[in-house]
Amino acid sequence: MTSETSALAVSPVRKDPERSPGNADRQPLWRAAARWEAGLVLVLIGVLIFGSVESQSFTDPSTVFFLGINIGYIAIMALPMTLVIMTGEIDLSVASMLGLSGAVVGYLWHHGWSIWPAMFVALAVGGVGGLLNGFLVARLGLPSIAVTIGTLTLFRGLAEVLLGSLTIPTVGDRQFPESLTNIGAQSIPGTQFSYSLLIFVVMAAVFAVVLHATPLGRSMIAIGLQPEAAAFAGIRVNAIKLWLYVLTGVISAFAGILFTLQNASVSFNAGTGLELNVVAIVLFGGVSIFGGRGTVYGVVLSVAIFGSLKMALTQMNVSAEKQNIITGLLLLVSVIAPNTGALLRRVGLRTRRARAQP
Amino acid sequence: MTAVVERDRIDPGARLLGLLRAREFGIALLIVIVVLVTAINNHNFIKADSIQQLLSGAALIALLGVGETLVIVTRNVDLSVGSVLGLSAYLVGDLFKYHHIPVWSGFAVGIVVGAVCGAVNGFIVTVTRVPSLVVTLGMLYVIRGVLGVIVNGHRIASEAIPNTFSAVGYRSFLGLPWLAIIVALVVVVVGYAMRSYRPSRDFYAIGSNPDAAVLAGVPIGRRVFTAFLISGMLAGLAGALFLALHTQIDNSGGTGYELTVIAAVVVGGVAIFGGSGTVVGAALGALLLNTINQALVASRISAFWNQAIAGALLLAAIAFDRWLLLRNTRKLQAAEGAHRDL
Amino acid sequence: MAPAARLALTGATKSFGAVRALEDASITLFAGEAHALLGENGAGKSTLVKILGGVYRGDAGALTLDGQLVDFAGPAAAQAAGVSIIYQEPSLFADLSVAENIFMGRQPVGTGRRIDRRAMERGARDIFTQLGVQLDASRPARGLSVADQQIVEIAKALSFNARVLVMDEPTAALTSVEVLRLYEVIKTLRARGAAVLFISHRLEEVFACCQRATIMRDGRFVRTAPVEELTIDSIIRSMVGRDLDALFPKTVTERGEVVLEVENLCSALVFRDISFTVHKGEIVALAGLVGAGRTEVARAVFGVDRRSSGTVRVNGKELPNGSPLAAMAAGMALVPEDRRQQGLVMDLGIDQNVALASLSRLSRLGLIRRSSERDLATTWAARLQLKYGRMRNPVSMLSGGNQQKVVLGKWLAREPLLLIIDEPTRGIDVGTKAEVHRILDELVANGMAVLMISSELPEVLGMADRVLVLREGQLIAELTRDEANEQSIMRAATGQTTGVPA
Repeated sequence: MTSETSALAVSPVRKDPERSPGNADRQPLWRAAARWEAGLVLVLIGVLIFGSVESQSFTDPSTVFFLGINIGYIAIMALPMTLVIMTGEIDLSVASMLGLSGAVVGYLWHHGWSIWPAMFVALAVGGVGGLLNGFLVARLGLPSIAVTIGTLTLFRGLAEVLLGSLTIPTVGDRQFPESLTNIGAQSIPGTQFSYSLLIFVVMAAVFAVVLHATPLGRSMIAIGLQPEAAAFAGIRVNAIKLWLYVLTGVISAFAGILFTLQNASVSFNAGTGLELNVVAIVLFGGVSIFGGRGTVYGVVLSVAIFGSLKMALTQMNVSAEKQNIITGLLLLVSVIAPNTGALLRRVGLRTRRARAQP
Repeated sequence: MTAVVERDRIDPGARLLGLLRAREFGIALLIVIVVLVTAINNHNFIKADSIQQLLSGAALIALLGVGETLVIVTRNVDLSVGSVLGLSAYLVGDLFKYHHIPVWSGFAVGIVVGAVCGAVNGFIVTVTRVPSLVVTLGMLYVIRGVLGVIVNGHRIASEAIPNTFSAVGYRSFLGLPWLAIIVALVVVVVGYAMRSYRPSRDFYAIGSNPDAAVLAGVPIGRRVFTAFLISGMLAGLAGALFLALHTQIDNSGGTGYELTVIAAVVVGGVAIFGGSGTVVGAALGALLLNTINQALVASRISAFWNQAIAGALLLAAIAFDRWLLLRNTRKLQAAEGAHRDL
Repeated sequence: MAPAARLALTGATKSFGAVRALEDASITLFAGEAHALLGENGAGKSTLVKILGGVYRGDAGALTLDGQLVDFAGPAAAQAAGVSIIYQEPSLFADLSVAENIFMGRQPVGTGRRIDRRAMERGARDIFTQLGVQLDASRPARGLSVADQQIVEIAKALSFNARVLVMDEPTAALTSVEVLRLYEVIKTLRARGAAVLFISHRLEEVFACCQRATIMRDGRFVRTAPVEELTIDSIIRSMVGRDLDALFPKTVTERGEVVLEVENLCSALVFRDISFTVHKGEIVALAGLVGAGRTEVARAVFGVDRRSSGTVRVNGKELPNGSPLAAMAAGMALVPEDRRQQGLVMDLGIDQNVALASLSRLSRLGLIRRSSERDLATTWAARLQLKYGRMRNPVSMLSGGNQQKVVLGKWLAREPLLLIIDEPTRGIDVGTKAEVHRILDELVANGMAVLMISSELPEVLGMADRVLVLREGQLIAELTRDEANEQSIMRAATGQTTGVPA
């Protein structure tokens, strides 16, 4: 049939469409998400007020710079992680890829390569590593949590093989070019933004547009909510997942390069354990571990909250351990709070039932 | 479709064949092969103290793996075991140092500390129904943070640990290190219980098909809580043993163990989405990973390869499991010509 | 007359929100009888079954078991009291042995409360012997055929000394041989004094194995009668409450050129050597028993599953293997069987679901235009007379019939040449059912080609221009509209070319 003649005769429009029966308390996705983000904004304001009151230096412009230095590379990895978790999978190998990428750069640099080709190779390694994850998860259908624990160990191991106990640059070794390592010490001229923060902001904008306004993003949401329905609607579920893993690998490798340049040194265990930080940030941002629910805005807010809280606490000389407790509690509260409604209803139901039976 | 294919009673031969096909046997065989191959190049590898080292080294991960198996079988996961181990190890050491508690109670304290952590995990998971991955990830940070606050930059050195306590870490009995004996005992007891008692079969039912478990009247909340409780207790015990083995402790004990444990458990044939796998398999998985580590050392391959090979092995194990499942399902389908299957 | 009632439900009422699923329904089962429960989808059968099984609690009504008033707190309580339900798709513990599936939570224990595996497997074998079936009690449940899974469920019920067994469409996924075995099992159960409540859409089966039948319509009790007093026609009239013709509009349409050509299509396990064509302006029905491979053929044609060999052509152009995207580009659309899993993303809004298959068309510069998305959804909601609250509400809030309209809207928005529709009216109320049929008829009248899969014979007979019958993965017969009737289709589908097989 051609497009100008519809197969279906136009039927009369029924006026006053009735509200269909169903669970009335079930909310549209977007509304729940909007409420979650509003909550995050309040938390962020609270953290900012707390920081300004409790720490003199918090209102200092340099806070923004150090915040960017401290959390920029983690935040950058949180973006592709958001998409991966949106599709109902997970990638625990990101921090190992960060380490491996740094190791590749350091190794090649140590062996006399110039910096740009070395960085390019590191990105390529990220892509290949991501491809391995993607192949195992999307093509072979293996559980992503187990697969990426495997590649977590594998990538970290390869970094170890490359570098051994070496820390680059060691004494007498040639230093990374200062023009690049400066990104760890200087902000973008005229602002307090560190380069990593700027990169994160730009990337976050791109990711937000992709996830929330393009067919590709909509497809990811559909995959996360109901992979079978997505496949039946002609969405290439496995291809999207595969490329998401490749993207995650490349971006993690990129974060590794940033990390290396910021610190002007490389060791194989750089960023060990960060994968769980990244996951925590994404989940706190309101992304559901089951996929399909969440927004990039939420993750950005989550980054801002974690980052500024960390800055405030560090300035107040609160130990890293106590910061750990706060991180953990925030994460727990964030997942438990949305469930309390349902929880109270269940408890109420039980009590009512108990009362009904003498 | 044919009528039901006749499948008669199993004769002893078939039972033996079934044993040989079991995952545990395969891993054990792999361990033996690794040991023998390594020994060809390096005769020291099968000497007594080398074997002892092999067993001691695997013991802690194996012990954590037992608890993790219970949790994973119920379709959950416990990421907090490394933190629990660290907390328990430090608290036991702290009590030795400042309160001079009797040696035996060191283990009791460890188990109690673990039980409290496990109970919190279990409570949050069963009451709020938040995915356990998220809950225990949060608890990983909280417990590690609490530990850091308690430790406050101090460390407990070996002078503070009673000799009789640390003896557990280095003494052996009939050529077997005490550490390995204790863990083996736990593995046997829990492994037997998981096979032979009604409540433990519920664990498998829950992981295999939660909806059907509800229909069968399985008390899901209580069982999942128990799984987390036991996982916590064993992690607490592992903490005490960690202290006995290393005789010193700061705030970093057990950091990063959680993923190693899951790796060992999965290599040991426990399905990551629940319902199947045994405690013995998990313990053997831990032993296999450690054996390969030691073999690399003994073969004078750079120890830097350890992690890379462990990772590759884990990936191979997951892929192998999938292949096995596909093959078996296909075989059964072909045999019965079934159209729709479980 | 028969002895005292084994189970009696009187005046049962159950509402879900504003929807009254069951109103003043009553049913009585006697010991030793097989009782059929009949009614269209949405007539309230499954609600009634769930009340019997303790899954739901009725808002009103009384349930007595052997004269005693009972109130089940849950499925486990019902089972312990001797009321067991065998669902169409049994849910077993795939990882556990058959014996353990039967005795879960009640495994025989020996000294020290240790599970006695031997006794457990012996117990399972004893039950299988009683049922006259052979099944290995020690094998894992994974990989059992649906028929064997049902046997395991029945064995479980027997291990509870079930006095009442409810079988919810047990034969839907069985082959003819398996159905005969099930009849034998039901006979055994009756001989043991159990009451069997048997739900089936295949009316011949009711006559073959039941003594009495209860018919329901729109959540209400219509009548109960011995099967001798019933005919297929009288049952259908009671079920539907009106004549068949009114339900199935059929505009006579000129058949156009070939749209879909399927040649020697094979899959690894399920079907082989399927060849057929679908023309413009006709509805071709794929009939056959559940499990005959109809859905699988549709999936392979659309490309959701890969085919192992054979060709699929749309308008003469061959489609690549395993690519729904290519099939869609060629003008194909598939409304799948399982609306909730495959047809819709339940948590997304109506507009987003309608737009899901047309996203690139609704985008400019790579960005989805929200206004176009809304317009598209509004247009199709109006054309399909969708009843909805707000466009952004998740489709899970809609009734089954309206959900099906959303799926239809999603595909019709692409203006396809060929619509494959799998079970177009499953789980839809009678009113909407007629609307869906009218929509299909309009589509064909306007020149669309439709390939329809349906398990409901009246639907096949009422709507189809040609009927293709599949049996055990093979295309057995092609019947014209004149040749097709209940007997000819069922005969082909069950392979009963010469009477009933021994």
